[in-house]
Amino acid sequence: MRSHQSLRALIGCVAVVLAAACTKGEPSKPAGPSGTTAEAPSAPRKDVKIAVVTHGQASDTFWSVVKNGVDNAAKDLGVTVTYNAPQTFDMVAMSRLIDAEVAKKPDGLVVSIPDANALSRSIKAAVEAGIPVISINSGGDVYKQLGVLLHVGQTEYEAGFGGGEKMAAAGVKNALCVNHEVGNGSLDLRCKGFLDAVAKGGGTGKVLAVNAADPTDSKQKVSAAMGEGIDGIMTLGPLGAGPALAALKEGGGLGKVKLGTFDLTPDVLAGIRDGALEFAIDQQQYLQGYLPIVLLTQYKQYGVLPAGGILPTGPGFVTKANAAQVIELSAKGIR
Amino acid sequence: MRSLFNRPELGAACGVVAIWSFFSLYAGGSGFLSWAGSATYLEIASELGILAAAVSLLMIAGEFDLSVGSMIAASGMTISLFCERLGWSIWGGIAVAMALSLGVGFANGLVVVRTRLPSFIVTLGSLFILSGGTIGMTRLVTGRTQVGGLHQALHYGSAEAIFASRLGGFSVSVLWWMGITVLATWVLLRTRFGNWIFGAGGAPDAARNLGVPVPKVKIALFMTTSFCACLVATFQAVKFTGADVLRGTGKELEAILAAVLGGTLLTGGHGSVVGAAFGALIFGMVQQGIVFAGVDSDWYKVFLGAMLIVAVLVNTYVRGRMVEARR
Repeated sequence: MRSHQSLRALIGCVAVVLAAACTKGEPSKPAGPSGTTAEAPSAPRKDVKIAVVTHGQASDTFWSVVKNGVDNAAKDLGVTVTYNAPQTFDMVAMSRLIDAEVAKKPDGLVVSIPDANALSRSIKAAVEAGIPVISINSGGDVYKQLGVLLHVGQTEYEAGFGGGEKMAAAGVKNALCVNHEVGNGSLDLRCKGFLDAVAKGGGTGKVLAVNAADPTDSKQKVSAAMGEGIDGIMTLGPLGAGPALAALKEGGGLGKVKLGTFDLTPDVLAGIRDGALEFAIDQQQYLQGYLPIVLLTQYKQYGVLPAGGILPTGPGFVTKANAAQVIELSAKGIR
Repeated sequence: MRSLFNRPELGAACGVVAIWSFFSLYAGGSGFLSWAGSATYLEIASELGILAAAVSLLMIAGEFDLSVGSMIAASGMTISLFCERLGWSIWGGIAVAMALSLGVGFANGLVVVRTRLPSFIVTLGSLFILSGGTIGMTRLVTGRTQVGGLHQALHYGSAEAIFASRLGGFSVSVLWWMGITVLATWVLLRTRFGNWIFGAGGAPDAARNLGVPVPKVKIALFMTTSFCACLVATFQAVKFTGADVLRGTGKELEAILAAVLGGTLLTGGHGSVVGAAFGALIFGMVQQGIVFAGVDSDWYKVFLGAMLIVAVLVNTYVRGRMVEARR
């Protein structure tokens, strides 16, 4: 009998926590714009439901900024937004998250498309169900074929190429591209663009695969690679930059080996300010979370949308010159 | 009546009802109960259930196979590479992948049986070898980490009909799952081989003295789990028209979890394939139900963990009552 009661209590606990988290996901009621456009024709904003499914793991500081963009847009506009991502880089799980969201019939869907092959089935199903879809971050090369209305992000190959040019200009001849998310086609493109630009500048380079979930192991791999006379390292995100920076510090390569990275974190910015990093390529991912919510809300309410194409949020470079001003915003989770 | 109470899967069946009722209450309005909503969790449950059927047989025989996760990646990539690079018929690619999986299963089993090392360690080793080998080989051949375009392979249409079609909105893998569960249950409960499985896990020395070929039984079961991993990889490769090197990550633990939810003991000698099917169903419903309930994704894992513990508690509670009722 005792076990019966404790079981009931436990189920009750779960229900309470669940209810609490449900409300957490919704924007707070009074945050909506006070009576400006809300009385406009069609759907009132609080009834607008938008679903976001990305491949960004919760542990990645980059995606936490995207989610801040999503949450802030939901709060500013007073619309209901759900954000989902698989727990690891798992395209099968991600496609099933999309399937579940489509079954909920949202007014708009925001997705990232790191693997068009694996996700096309689910995304096409969403389009066929009449749900307007906007892609963010990855997928600028394929969004049109899938029936996606608009892509908000940065084109990967060109961004990598830009980084490679900057490295070549700094005199790098033997470069390393650190891939922390093997399996993501967008990251493969960044490395390809980077290595092509380095080769154009007369240097050579190669790709090093590391495990994002294990920073110690990543650091050891970069350390090992440094023994081969590397003079420039490009990492593809904070999960690669942290370990690479640690490896350089340990091996005494700071300042000698040029280090560049994609995407900003407080650590990366401090590194640029102090001269440990040469530059960071910024794709302003906050906007990748914020803008699609604005666009889909307007589309739902008034049927207006930019005339297709890619809405570029990057690439931009953060160097020693502008690092200080970006640091403040980064600590707030906006850059 | 007694024989019903004796069944290990009754607890898991109650878990299924409890979890389903919970989400029907909290997320029924947002589509959990709809046709499409049910199809999404059944699809997840079907693939996990096929793995869990084989894994539960192996666990009843007292062994683990942690290599199934990376076997999914290796098999999917094998199919994709043979079709995309060599222009083979998709059936040729599938045949090679199945042969590979049987070979890996045989090697796993042989090493475990010969060295008497814990299978947990041996298959953890093959998990790493397969996962690293898949990344290495794929990058060596293609320079990429995902390979697609399987829908252009020869005979893709027939493979799609068998592995990836939809029947009334439901994935065909659900039928495969039911078929495999029935077949595995029949083998376990109605054949001599099934008795050997219980013997190999429950009382290996006694079984050996009675003439049960314990090593052969275990090797055959390792080959079965590996083969089922390949089957799941085939579903995914055909459905998603390609493969990437990370497919299947973590599936080995999910399969063990489903088997345990279904009443299979971690120590071997006791368990049920039908229970494992219920376990997979619980896992699928929890995973998708959380999305339908609109839980903020930051908290996702907390719920997954809490719901699974609730499911196990319901399961154990029901089993405890059954033992009392029998007295």
